[in-house]
Amino acid sequence: MEPYKKHESIAALMNRNNVDTDQIIPKQFLKRVERSGFGVHLFHDWRYNNDGVTENPSFELNNPAFKGAKVLVAGDNFGCGSSREHAPWAIADFGFNTIISTSYADIFYNNCFKNGILAIKVTQAQSDALMQEIAANEGAKFIIDLENQDVITPAGNGFKFEIDPFRKDNMLSGLDDIGLTLKHEDKITTFEQQHKQRHPWLWS
Amino acid sequence: MKKTMYEKIWDSHFVHQEPGQAPLLFVDRHLMHEVTSPQAFEGLRIANRKVRNPHSILATMDHCVPTKDRDLPIADPIAKKQIETMAVNCEENGLNLYDMESPENGVIHIVVPEHGFVHPGMVVVCGDSHTATHGAFGALAFGIGTSEVEHVMATQTLPQQKSKTMLVQVDGVLSKHCTAKDIALAIVGKTGTAGGTGYVIEYAGEAITALSMEGRMTVCNMAIEAGARAGMVAPDEKTYAFLQGKEFAPKGEAWSQALAYWKSLLTDEGASYDTIVTLNAAEIAPQVTWGTSPEQVVGANGVVPAPDTFADAGKRLACEGALKYMDLQPNTKMTDIKIDYAFIGSCTNGRIEDFRAAATVAKGTKVAPGVTAIAVPGSYNVKLQAEKEGLDKIFKDAGWEWRDPGCSMCLAMNGDELKDGQRCASTSNRNFEGRQGKGGRTHLVSPAMAAAAAAAGHFVDISKLG
Ligand code: SF4
Repeated sequence: MEPYKKHESIAALMNRNNVDTDQIIPKQFLKRVERSGFGVHLFHDWRYNNDGVTENPSFELNNPAFKGAKVLVAGDNFGCGSSREHAPWAIADFGFNTIISTSYADIFYNNCFKNGILAIKVTQAQSDALMQEIAANEGAKFIIDLENQDVITPAGNGFKFEIDPFRKDNMLSGLDDIGLTLKHEDKITTFEQQHKQRHPWLWS
Repeated sequence: MKKTMYEKIWDSHFVHQEPGQAPLLFVDRHLMHEVTSPQAFEGLRIANRKVRNPHSILATMDHCVPTKDRDLPIADPIAKKQIETMAVNCEENGLNLYDMESPENGVIHIVVPEHGFVHPGMVVVCGDSHTATHGAFGALAFGIGTSEVEHVMATQTLPQQKSKTMLVQVDGVLSKHCTAKDIALAIVGKTGTAGGTGYVIEYAGEAITALSMEGRMTVCNMAIEAGARAGMVAPDEKTYAFLQGKEFAPKGEAWSQALAYWKSLLTDEGASYDTIVTLNAAEIAPQVTWGTSPEQVVGANGVVPAPDTFADAGKRLACEGALKYMDLQPNTKMTDIKIDYAFIGSCTNGRIEDFRAAATVAKGTKVAPGVTAIAVPGSYNVKLQAEKEGLDKIFKDAGWEWRDPGCSMCLAMNGDELKDGQRCASTSNRNFEGRQGKGGRTHLVSPAMAAAAAAAGHFVDISKLG
């Protein structure tokens, strides 16, 4: 995983609530056996016309002002639906590394951090302000500073955000979860032996 | 301290917590299918790691598999590759796989209980959000992402934040023709799709304990549709009777030992939950969704709501969007909505009981002109059992297609799908835009409701049937 660095980037606006994982990456694209290459299919059904190739100009992310955006400001309950990690893979592969929403579905939220995407939770008022700012100034660039937990915007709608310190450290260092867990290999083994004694039928 | 069942299971699987980090939880059972696992195996290989406990894993192929002409090669080359990759990964790592040719093949959440692979008190994971199904056995079962699939394979543990607890108490007795599916939809209608976020739900009350194991699985299956991490039901005599004698159930002396343990898992009298939601089963009508989120649901005797009936601005907006996508007008009677398709199947409603309920309604009817109806058993075992009971004949005589098992039109990855604008009465769990095919319109219902709609060509309030 790439370490997350402070950056300034265009913030794209997607003012829709309950955007689900079926929308983020429709299931016809889940058949790949690799992790990469999902970005071109991100939001496929909304993003492309019926031919599946030409862009639908009325879809918000096709707005030329949002080209190259790394930050996605989205509506409530983003990422609901299935546990497919293809959703954050597609988001990251497309180029986003930050999402800002009032709320996320649990599994999706976890998956974001495992794939180097910073998912920031904001209040309704903060979300409204950011959305209005982008609507009024399409192409506005936000500064995202994870170290100091700061979002800074041109019109001054910035704020400090909360984040679990453990997630923050992992994002900053780009550390892989498995390596971290395997540091406790001895504890897992001890637990496993005791667990086996208590529930021998689990191993039969 | 008095504890809930969730807290007991949590405590008995807690391995370690490093200061400032998430607790590590031990995993007993790991379920797998072809879509969310290949990249996890890829990750293991790259890092030169091994599967720690191969015996904890049970795998199947379900999402991409064809439900007809199974003897022919899979037409879609990418799906074919995914299926083949799964076979190679399981072979290389010594994992139990019910592949496409196996008589035990079927949808993961259907075949796992059939073999008694999940028991009360276990921690169960799968790269699939409907893993909550197994909570019906009093297990803590939840969906994980592919990175986590890899993590569990390598370490047999998962870093997890503890959830809050929610009690969903369903008292009273269901009226005739109402089923577990109607309870599940009514709950999501009440909590909303985000209402359970951050929670593990325990379902309790007279109407829940009255359900068969199949029915409990249907209810727990849709816990995720309420946003919850997991849903569970306390084990009881029905649970034990269901498990006894199954392939992976404890045997002999181990059985009595396990039984004593399972009985100790029940929530302590007086333990408290963070939130309590109550419903009266007697007030639940046969449910039909009208929108593009499972919470957008009404009774079959109801009408399509108007956006301005929602006080909440977000819900109003969602209603407008849904009506547009679903091509519905406010105040249309649900029973006036015509369908093009009916689908019975999925891990929500693909068990034997579901086909029995649907067959009772389908018997002697004919699928309405212009309607396509497909019945897709959740597994070969379900299919076989249904055929023994002559249910396949009832469906076929009524004009239904009787297919081989798989996820099929629940998510339309295998080629079974709606065409743009088609409307479907579906027993699956998600009515999201495009879920059953681009532009397809999904109405979630129980199997009996789907059978009635197929025969009438429109939704029917089956509570009015004799
Ligand atoms: S039947 Fe549907 S919900 Fe169940 S595992 Fe298959 S795709 Fe997922």
